Amino acid sequence: MGEEETYIVSALVENKPGVLRNISSMFSRRGFNIESISAGLSEQRDLTRITLTIRGDEGTLEQVVKQLDKLIDVIKVRILDPARTVARELALIKVMTPDAGARSDVINYTEIFKGHIVDVAHESLIVEITGDSDKINAFIELMSSFGIREIARTGITALPRGMKSVRIE
Amino acid sequence: MRTLQGLRERGEEIRMVRMTGARALLETLRRQRVDAIFGIPGGAMIPVYDALYDMEIRHVLMRHEQCAAHAADGYARASGRVGVCMATSGPGATNLVTGIANAYMDSSPVVAFTGQVPKAYIGKDSFQETDIIGITTPITKCNFQVRSASEIPQTVKKAFYIASSGRPGPVLIDLPKDTQIESAEMDFDDDIELRGYRLNYEPHSLQVERAVGLLTQAERPVIVAGGGVIASNASSELVALAELLLAPVATTLMGKGCIPENHPLSLGLLGMHGTIASNTLVPEADVLLAVGVRFSDRTTGDVEGFCPEAQIIHIDIDPSEIGKNVKPHVPIVADAKRALRALYERLNQRLRSRERSLWLSRVQELKREHEEMMRSEGGLKPPSLLAELRKLLPEDAIVTTEVGQNQMWAALYLKAYKPRTFISSGGLGTMGFGFPAAIGAKVACPDVPVVDIAGDGSFLMTEQDLASSVTGGIPVIVVVLNNSMLGMVAQWQRLFYNRRYSQVDLRRTPDFVKLAEAFGAQGFRVGSLEEFLRAVKEAMKSEVTTVIDVPISPEEDVFPMVPPGGKIRDIIRGEGRG
Ligand SMILES: Cc1ncc(C[n+]2csc(CCOP(=O)(O)OP(=O)(O)O)c2C)c(N)n1
Repeated sequence: MGEEETYIVSALVENKPGVLRNISSMFSRRGFNIESISAGLSEQRDLTRITLTIRGDEGTLEQVVKQLDKLIDVIKVRILDPARTVARELALIKVMTPDAGARSDVINYTEIFKGHIVDVAHESLIVEITGDSDKINAFIELMSSFGIREIARTGITALPRGMKSVRIE
Repeated sequence: MRTLQGLRERGEEIRMVRMTGARALLETLRRQRVDAIFGIPGGAMIPVYDALYDMEIRHVLMRHEQCAAHAADGYARASGRVGVCMATSGPGATNLVTGIANAYMDSSPVVAFTGQVPKAYIGKDSFQETDIIGITTPITKCNFQVRSASEIPQTVKKAFYIASSGRPGPVLIDLPKDTQIESAEMDFDDDIELRGYRLNYEPHSLQVERAVGLLTQAERPVIVAGGGVIASNASSELVALAELLLAPVATTLMGKGCIPENHPLSLGLLGMHGTIASNTLVPEADVLLAVGVRFSDRTTGDVEGFCPEAQIIHIDIDPSEIGKNVKPHVPIVADAKRALRALYERLNQRLRSRERSLWLSRVQELKREHEEMMRSEGGLKPPSLLAELRKLLPEDAIVTTEVGQNQMWAALYLKAYKPRTFISSGGLGTMGFGFPAAIGAKVACPDVPVVDIAGDGSFLMTEQDLASSVTGGIPVIVVVLNNSMLGMVAQWQRLFYNRRYSQVDLRRTPDFVKLAEAFGAQGFRVGSLEEFLRAVKEAMKSEVTTVIDVPISPEEDVFPMVPPGGKIRDIIRGEGRG
């Protein structure tokens, strides 16, 4: 067994029902540990782009890529080089703000983290924040002292920098 | 009216024709040159069976859907063509599942059709609704649910192409009943597009060069050949290369038959029940050429002890097999036939003298012990019995097996001389496979004898299809090596569980002769080798299926054997053999 690391994989897949089921069925059958998976439309209407983060050694990563590539609905798979990749996650965090002090603290922290307040209620705020996972984890850590009611995170989505692309020409 | 028949009679080019989905399905099968379908009808499949009533495609009415899938699998393995099975929705579909999983594990090209409740009823837990697409996702190469009748010709063409190309495997098409009934303009000639399915048949020249480099230097080369050699019809290329290299060939269970087992370089089976020659020489190799194998645990045993000194060259058409279980030094992703040919051509130019006399005399010496075991010891002992059976069968006779001791005895002691003549459930190890697979093989190859080497436990799992073999006019021969035990389990209990025989005694039930007769088949019980051979001769002349009940000792073990998880060279030879 080699060294464990986190890898980001980008894949273009057919945009049709059942594709995500095929992919997740393959992961569970092969016993791969997927940390996050995000999916959405790509630059081509009939293609979905999925972004995976995987923890494992190089051998596992190689198998994940080959097994994905083997699925007939998967059209292209690439491992993204962390040094040359923009990777972002979006989180919505509902924070308890029972008094004015807590409320202004949360607003201040949100500004420092370049987030947005997207919902205001009597006793809570929803903060929207994007960034790499470390930044989001740090923000959540800060917020936990106020009391977090709910968190929703999208999982990592990513693109390679510059002209290097994962696309169908 | 533009009927298909009418157009065909006038020799007209048929492009777009209006017809029902059911009819279009069968028309596409006809165009794929399907000459047999194994199946059982039911409510959600009645429209297809109604259309079948007017068509000339042969349909074999099976008595259990599991057998329909196994028969299609046996047909495919014997012929190299796609095997087709059909079942209704719900229980019909779920009964296919074992057969589909079996075909998947052994990379057999099968296309399965299932009926489904009409689209409007899907998701409502309707009568006989089951999510067969969800169920078969992990055990098919891919699957499709048809959404409208007009998709049918394209989808069927895709299924056949996917099932039979690259690394073969099963594909399932689920047909909601309304798509079978509705009519549409059908286009049978449209090309299929599969942009996510790319195949690489040609070997990379750089990797070929590296492999050639290793093989020219090798002093103790061994070839390990698997089912991929048979799937790509590469037997003659394999034998040619082995002869050029003077390299002995060990085979996996799936590879049995890819080199004639009377060839001087053939070592026989490798792995848990491998021959002494295979299991001794593979760990001694300095270069191992593995072709069309997936290094299953039953083949390698403890991976550390498999071929510790060897440089490994691995040829496989499926890139995900490279490095999955064993990391090769030289990977070659390619069709076995083309890769072997490329290696042969390059080596033929480069190889000059090969000094191998020591290595080859070792091969011959190790093989001798195996031949000894097949000598008649008197009584009904499986090794000698199977060696004698071999002498009666023509070279191209097809042998199928069940699972357990019967399977390992057949693999070890019943020699195969040609590819596609030994058909066994390797990956899934499915008891009950051999008999329906024999039916499928006989449909594919009606002119050769087809023999299922069975255990009493396994045969009982699918014996109801004696009915389909008798009424369908498909005579096969079933040799029941009847130890009145779930023998292989009993052997493990004897060797590794202190003779604690838990739930393995079958108590001499049923009477296989009466069972055969109840189905209109022919049954014999034999008490000696002579009687056995006489019964086989009768069976080969018979127009109906024959069941030969061969009582053997319940204490019989299959040897050689490697304890589970052990290194393959740690062979248990059996009593009195050390
Ligand atoms: C469907 C299925 N169930 C259970 C097993 C586990 N199993 C492996 S071998 C065996 C015994 C087989 O007995 P029999 O068919 O009589 O053959 P023998 O080993 O006696 O030759 C069993 C139960 C299996 N392989 N397949």
